[in-house]
Amino acid sequence: MTAEGSVVEVVFESDLKNVEMAEEVTRRVSSTAGFAEDEQHRIDMAVHESVINAIWHGNKNDPSKQVRLRFQIFVDRLEIRVRDQGNGYDPNAIPDPLSQENLLSVSGRGIFLIRTFMDEYRVEKVAGGGTEVILVKRMNSNNSDQPRREVP
Amino acid sequence: MSMKSTLRQVDSITVVDMSGRITLGEGCTQLRELIREQLGKGHKNLLLNLADVTYIDSSGIGELVSGFTRVSNEGGQLKLLNLTKKVHDLLQITKLYTVFDVHDDEAKAITSFEKAAGA
Repeated sequence: MTAEGSVVEVVFESDLKNVEMAEEVTRRVSSTAGFAEDEQHRIDMAVHESVINAIWHGNKNDPSKQVRLRFQIFVDRLEIRVRDQGNGYDPNAIPDPLSQENLLSVSGRGIFLIRTFMDEYRVEKVAGGGTEVILVKRMNSNNSDQPRREVP
Repeated sequence: MSMKSTLRQVDSITVVDMSGRITLGEGCTQLRELIREQLGKGHKNLLLNLADVTYIDSSGIGELVSGFTRVSNEGGQLKLLNLTKKVHDLLQITKLYTVFDVHDDEAKAITSFEKAAGA
């Protein structure tokens, strides 16, 4: 799995019980890719939030719908795709959770955390239906606690 | 692994020793119910010991915020004790570290409730 472009892919039904399995696969892949433990946790959290969005918001918790989680390891980065069968969303329409009026909001921090923990984050419509979130973490990135802008 | 909690009473403070995961679904529901039950019993001073919480996600953070707001609205206080580095980092990233009263020493945390009550 260490060769450039190596792929790991899992497909599972939309049920929250599968989130921990997705995390476990993520940890194994990010460890194999060579990320340090802190970075592994950040990647893990970004995938956790993306998978929850796919199950909960994308597929509306409908177990007859699937989530596809795909990892591709490159020499310089790990690319992760989370695909659901929903209608997608505009990540820029989500209010800033750090603004004073939203600080005590109960929800709205998931995408912020994904953007903070990953180097790239974008949302694409899938031809034929569905939505795919693409996450990229670069090796030796200096990504700290600052959210990244969406890649056009 | 879902969330587990054990309650202790120290003077007028309810200390909740929590472990496991506070995530969307069972963990968040358990935390919500726990706070609701304590408020129902008139226990308005809650100290959540997060030392053994292994994972908290955006929904778990939201549940902590919700609990903080509910307890405050009832005239009580919800404070946090023994954050792991991961939870500490999450609260800093989300700018919630200064919203919560966070402690790493239980005795001092208990005293801080008493000071507030006597103020």
